[in-house]
Amino acid sequence: MSTANAAADTQLMTGADILVKSLVDHGVDVLFAYPGGCSMPMHQALTRYGDSLRTILPRHEQGGAFAAQGYARSTGKVGVVMATSGPGATNLVTAIADAKLDSIPMVCITGQVPTGAIGSDAFQETPMVEVCRGITKHHYLVTDVEDLPRIMKEAFHIAATGRPGPVLVDMPKDVQLATVAVDWEVPMNLPGYNPEPQPVAAEKVKQIAAAIRRARRPIIYAGGGIINGEASEELRELVNKTGIPITTTVMGLGAFPATEELSMDMLGMHGAAYANYAVRDCDLLIALGVRFDDRVTGKLEAFAKDAKIIHVDIDSTELNKNKSAHIPVCGDVKDVLTELNKVVEAPEDLAPWVQHCMELKAKYPLRYDKQFDGILQQHAISELCDLTRTMDTYITVGVGQHQMWAAQFYKFTKPRTWLSSSGLGTMGFGLPAAMGVQAANPGALVVDIDGDGSFQMNIQELATCFCEELPVKVLLLNNQHLGMVVQWEDRFMERNRAHTYLGPIHHDEASGKSAADKFAYAEERYPDFVAIAKGYGCGASTIRRKADLRDALTEMIEHKGPYLLDVQVPYQEHVLPMIPGGLTVDDMILE
Amino acid sequence: MRHVLSALVQNVPGVLAHISGMLASRGYNIDSLAVGETEHHDLSRMTFVVVGDERVLDQVRKQLEKIVTVVKVEDVSARDYVERDLILMKVKAPAGSVRSEIRELVDIFRGRIVDVGPEEIMIEISGRENKIEAFVDRMRPYGITELVRTGRIAMVRSVSDEEATEPTDDEASVSSRA
Repeated sequence: MSTANAAADTQLMTGADILVKSLVDHGVDVLFAYPGGCSMPMHQALTRYGDSLRTILPRHEQGGAFAAQGYARSTGKVGVVMATSGPGATNLVTAIADAKLDSIPMVCITGQVPTGAIGSDAFQETPMVEVCRGITKHHYLVTDVEDLPRIMKEAFHIAATGRPGPVLVDMPKDVQLATVAVDWEVPMNLPGYNPEPQPVAAEKVKQIAAAIRRARRPIIYAGGGIINGEASEELRELVNKTGIPITTTVMGLGAFPATEELSMDMLGMHGAAYANYAVRDCDLLIALGVRFDDRVTGKLEAFAKDAKIIHVDIDSTELNKNKSAHIPVCGDVKDVLTELNKVVEAPEDLAPWVQHCMELKAKYPLRYDKQFDGILQQHAISELCDLTRTMDTYITVGVGQHQMWAAQFYKFTKPRTWLSSSGLGTMGFGLPAAMGVQAANPGALVVDIDGDGSFQMNIQELATCFCEELPVKVLLLNNQHLGMVVQWEDRFMERNRAHTYLGPIHHDEASGKSAADKFAYAEERYPDFVAIAKGYGCGASTIRRKADLRDALTEMIEHKGPYLLDVQVPYQEHVLPMIPGGLTVDDMILE
Repeated sequence: MRHVLSALVQNVPGVLAHISGMLASRGYNIDSLAVGETEHHDLSRMTFVVVGDERVLDQVRKQLEKIVTVVKVEDVSARDYVERDLILMKVKAPAGSVRSEIRELVDIFRGRIVDVGPEEIMIEISGRENKIEAFVDRMRPYGITELVRTGRIAMVRSVSDEEATEPTDDEASVSSRA
């Protein structure tokens, strides 16, 4: 180190400046931050580092946190969000829990009341560390500015390594203002944190290869671990070498190109029937970076019940948690696949099984009514997929029917291009996540496929998109209802509408039973999304006729700034297939 | 199955809350939990008694290890170990024959009388769980007015071939090694 640097490294700095410089040193180039009384010193410091770090002001802290997730999910880098104490901090909670369940690397920085006031029920005081213990990978309350350089190192290290997750750094205001001679070389103190996975035991790799060689009906079940582990290439190689069909979880979409013949698409509750049947029929389930979530397995005992199970995950707690594995392997899926690809051989006679899978695929395709002259949600998504196939496109979604249709009908070919709140299922994820993707990938086309329920949970972020020049597109599949709940009402509750209509309460749809016509629209539409979007400065239009769809999508895609395309759709279209919660593949509803 | 887990943890604020919160939110039943500093002031030792099958135990152990501030977790009960629990209790003991009866029982159980009042005495006793429980049962008829216990602590024995053949009676082994 040069003398000049050494001198600079020991200068007196405030906690706020140390924190912001740490962000820069960790390669953060964008963060989402909403100021308040207890975070102002950090915001002042952010202005001093404006050349290397862009600060985006969201319109709600939750929006900021999901934007940070969008940044993290699309790039693999740690997403950073900042909020003030109390309500600012608690507004992050949902997005933190979301990041924990989907293993998204985040550093969440919250202001806190001065250390002397902690515990006194001060104005805007919330015990944020206490609130967040169960929903963070780790958490810090910084009580001494001297600890800060070490804590920031640890926070980024913990967030990004092993199984990624959110880390909270709670910063009391007096710590932000305190000055100290900084030692940037301070080591981390994490004796209990050993994220480096064990080297893959050759014996385990041999076992897996032998099981594959012996299998007659093998299938790969791949998840978000492939994406977090940057193992898509290795996964592809495994499929190419062995010819084994592959199905992915909702988190795993994009891990393997959906356009490939051996892709059996998504499995689970709303997965493709052929994927679920193939898992039912398999004799070897090769589970890679997955956690046997209940939305995938349904009734656990019946899931892949005749299969031998290989389970590879970086988090040892996932092994044998929900489903016992015959060959459990704790390790980095990329390392395991790299080693496996060196020795693996194709099963001896796979042709009948692959043929069986292809027959299932032909017999039970994902489908919808193509005769209907209005626009069905699936059709809108298929058209968008078709139009954007060759573009650098990212898709985000809210939660509900539109999310599942996007998972089914948009054919993802690359990892990190599909962003969905999958574990927590947070409505309102789509728009702010898209905003974060756009900030991280300025030239890309970022489309939030959303529902009118989800969209309104973070609609205020249209302002951020406009003001921060983030040209996000919103494809709003507007059925005026909470469609997924409506679907359950239709299927299991005699179509009794229980607070699932989003218009004025004097409308017919709000009370009692709705029309039986599958293609019914909710009329007297509310609210006027085009006027709202325009009010925020975005481009907008609304369509209802099928004939107008393609042009409208093109106009949306080509629009320079943020744009909302309000697509009026019927409200009794159901997401199929469907395996009702806790049941088995044999209970799958196809019609 | 009853298991005794011993966890070495970083001695930092909130570590106990973190661990107990994790156990509670995942629905694990903990019979006993004891915490204290070790010979290194930056490390603490937590001893858990967990009841459950191998699968539950495996999950509890791994979930504990996943907590960043937990350095190491050991299933002490899978090995040859010494376990202790310390209790303090007040028992009704008016001067006279009852009091001497109690004194005799305290001697047999190798406890100690640590305070004597006009109507009751305070007893200190330590040992394995079954011994403590047997003693508590013996005291019940006299009237226990207050009882407090530390929770179980445990330590794995030093391993050597000769020692492995020694009698496993804890009290005996402890005195023979003292």
